[in-house]
Amino acid sequence: MLQNPLVEINHLGFNRGDKVIYEDISLVIPKGKVTAIMGPSGIGKTTLLKLIGAQLTPNSGTVLFDGVDMHQLSRTELYQVRKRMSMLFQSGALFTDMNVYDNVAFALREHTDLSEDIIRSIVLMKLQAVGLRGAASLMPDELSGGMQRRAALARAIALEPEMVLYDEPFAGQDPISMGMLVKLIRELSNALKLTSVVVSHDVKEVLGIADYVYVIAEKKVIAHGTPEQLKQSDNPQLIQFIQGAPDGPVPFHYPAKNYQQELLSEPD
Amino acid sequence: MNPINFIAAVGRYAIALVYSFGKAGLMLWGALAHLPNPTKTLPLVVKQLYVLGVRSMVIILVSGLFIGMVLALQGYTILVDFGTEDSLGPMVALSLLRELGPVVTALLFAGRAGSALTAEIGLMKSTEQLSSLEMMAIDPLKQIIAPRFWAGVISMPLLALMFSLVGIFGGHLVGVEWKGIDSGAFWSILQASIEWRQDIVNCLIKSTVFGVVVTWIALYRGYVVQPNPEGISRATTSTVVQASLAVLALDFLLTAVMFGN
Amino acid sequence: MLTRKIELLVGLFLLSGIMAFCVLVFNVANVKVDTSDSHYTLVAEFNNIGGLKVRAPVKVGGVVVGRVADITLDDRKLVPIVTLKMDKRYDQFPETSSMSILTSGLLGEQFIGLTPGFMDDDIAMLGEGDKVFDTRGALILEDLIGQLLYSMSSKDK
Repeated sequence: MLQNPLVEINHLGFNRGDKVIYEDISLVIPKGKVTAIMGPSGIGKTTLLKLIGAQLTPNSGTVLFDGVDMHQLSRTELYQVRKRMSMLFQSGALFTDMNVYDNVAFALREHTDLSEDIIRSIVLMKLQAVGLRGAASLMPDELSGGMQRRAALARAIALEPEMVLYDEPFAGQDPISMGMLVKLIRELSNALKLTSVVVSHDVKEVLGIADYVYVIAEKKVIAHGTPEQLKQSDNPQLIQFIQGAPDGPVPFHYPAKNYQQELLSEPD
Repeated sequence: MNPINFIAAVGRYAIALVYSFGKAGLMLWGALAHLPNPTKTLPLVVKQLYVLGVRSMVIILVSGLFIGMVLALQGYTILVDFGTEDSLGPMVALSLLRELGPVVTALLFAGRAGSALTAEIGLMKSTEQLSSLEMMAIDPLKQIIAPRFWAGVISMPLLALMFSLVGIFGGHLVGVEWKGIDSGAFWSILQASIEWRQDIVNCLIKSTVFGVVVTWIALYRGYVVQPNPEGISRATTSTVVQASLAVLALDFLLTAVMFGN
Repeated sequence: MLTRKIELLVGLFLLSGIMAFCVLVFNVANVKVDTSDSHYTLVAEFNNIGGLKVRAPVKVGGVVVGRVADITLDDRKLVPIVTLKMDKRYDQFPETSSMSILTSGLLGEQFIGLTPGFMDDDIAMLGEGDKVFDTRGALILEDLIGQLLYSMSSKDK
């Protein structure tokens, strides 16, 4: 279907306790492209990223990163693979006890033997790329939400990974920072030949930047294709999601007893 | 309650207890098993020594002074009835070194440093900083848990010694300066009755054990916190409660072993 | 990252902890650093040592000249053997000296009182490893009371 897959997910199943999160998910993330995974909130999109990063172990199925099964690796091998990917968390997850500069420099200091001079140049370049070079000495709690996410993005690309996982990068952002993030993700992906995986429910932004989109609902992949293909789809579930209709195949009401019966019955 | 249900509840509780012991043990093992690169770990330990040790010093020193003074005042009113107020020195010093030094320091340490540790790690977990380290291929157990553990274990005995010393000084203030016990008698009887192996070394052993227990509980509570504000506030409370109970129970055991016969 | 201020404060913290330890050990517990050549050992055999403890002082006229180092039981004669560590500065006690276990005050700690004996030309001084033969054990209060009651009742008859 697509050439050059970097990540392949085959028949993935995952339960949390008795609750089934995923039944059978298969998807392919091609190298150097922006792949979006969309779906209504509360279906565990973040969980999917954690499964790709092997922070969680699936109940069935496999996740292959560059042909290697992530969940069969030893801890040391897993850490080697993880150096090739990074993740932008929804909250940014900047280290609160360090300033922006040290946050970006952190992984470089931990994983490389570069001198402080070189680290300084790399950090300033990454901060320049996200437009925060002037904020290098600020602490994370002095930044706005959008700036925190951009600083976290600078940290995520500090080690020049092959793949960046974005967890809800647009959630809770004002239109300006949303626009900045869209531009950044697209530019980084083009300039660094990054493979990007964007998990989001912001339809407009995602369809604007993604090369390929998977839509997940009810524990399965319900549709996939390029943004154009999805817009022309006649799947009612997908139409409801893309148009944001309040009622449809995904019901407005949480499953309940018959309304009339419950109103008239005695409370138990 | 139905007796079967009661037995089932007790069983569930016991299983949960064993489970969390195992989990806490694995956490500590994961943090301390392999000796990491000392040039990277040492600065982290130093920073935590500042957070846990230096910042606890004021409360420890002030409490030590007051507890020593109160001990001396209470002891004096009792001893003076028997005309043995010269024995105030050993009474104050032995109470401090054998019991109050390690125990009160550990209780204060649990309240001051333990709760802060739990809240800090809980917050790191709920803001995904721990996950973030994990994804950066850095083991949060080694980066976050291990340096805090070592700093706690090093700080506790030092704080307990300072507490005892300041307490003895407080006892001297009340006994000698205020109540007029002869300074020479106070010190010489005190010195004659303290055995350094029996009293000071045991004080060190006790406070190190308490340091391990308090820090361990605080780290574990933070590490398994429900990542939301309510979960963090519950975790800090349970750190203080569980650490205090563990210290008092262990104190009885240790005292029985050290001074029981 | 680490600032110099934090390093300085942590250094002060560690130092004050170590200082507290030293003050406690050397001033409060009053441990003296002593080497073996500043002492000589004496051995004494008592019939009863009462409540004598290791580290109890050996006094001559109230001056501490040594301490009890060890208390054992002679496994043949079944009497207590007390080993004493004596200060080298006081090594002019004749062989005829006697030792007795005394009590400071009515209920105080027990200690060993050393009474120097007479000197003569053919009497040597006590030295390393020597044994003191003239000893008197501890007075047991219960025995004394018992004897007192006995003598009183026998007088009454």
